[in-house]
Amino acid sequence: MSLRSDLGRVRGLGSAKDGTAHWWAQRVTAVALIPLSIWFIYSAVTLVGIDRAGFKEWLNAPGSILLMSLFVIALFHHMQLGLQVVVEDYVHTERNKIVLLVLNKLTAVFLAVSSIIALIKVAFGG
Amino acid sequence: MSTGNRPLSPHLQIYKPQITSVLSILHRMTGVGLAVGALMLVYWLNAAAYGPEAFERAQSFLAHWFGRLLLFGWTWALFFHLCNGIRHMFWDAGLGLELPQVRATGWFVYIASIVLTFLAWAAGYGMLGGS
Repeated sequence: MSLRSDLGRVRGLGSAKDGTAHWWAQRVTAVALIPLSIWFIYSAVTLVGIDRAGFKEWLNAPGSILLMSLFVIALFHHMQLGLQVVVEDYVHTERNKIVLLVLNKLTAVFLAVSSIIALIKVAFGG
Repeated sequence: MSTGNRPLSPHLQIYKPQITSVLSILHRMTGVGLAVGALMLVYWLNAAAYGPEAFERAQSFLAHWFGRLLLFGWTWALFFHLCNGIRHMFWDAGLGLELPQVRATGWFVYIASIVLTFLAWAAGYGMLGGS
């Protein structure tokens, strides 16, 4: 049994058991996503109905693969941070919560890396 | 920590929906919806990496009425989450926190998200030449 009071033990700790790092990361990725998502919507509109050859040509145009890579990195980091809060708010069974939080992180990394490899394959492959 | 038997705040259904509370939950709901949309993006990119036939299948799914409905929903969700996210940043900077301002920016964000969605889709149909 701890002699520390309940308040003393939780002071400075959110439900994620850390301080402001999560909050800041969410804001920084959000700032990055403002120009990147506007660029993505603009690009998606110009790519409506495109075939693979056209998509490859677009991806090889200056900036496309760089901005797409930055977009998916910021997107999946931001997604992971947001979904983490949703899990922390609604999942109250400790075991389920931890499983979901770990899955959330691993899935986000998997999706980001998978997207970037796909972009490289299209841009530099056949 | 002893948390048993603390009084709970009234359930959400008790309160009349207001622009503030509705936009707050919409921000979370569009966020979760966009996470699903991100899965579609990963599928679409990987289809392109797999080859022309796989990409053709992905494109024809998105061109189908159901695919278009999903894309339309994701377009609105993205614009809403983007605009409301910028609204949140102003709050983080300590701006626009008076209730009348919060309501006004809320309605502005809501209407802007709808207008931007229709503009993007008008431009998209323009790319297709109206088909």
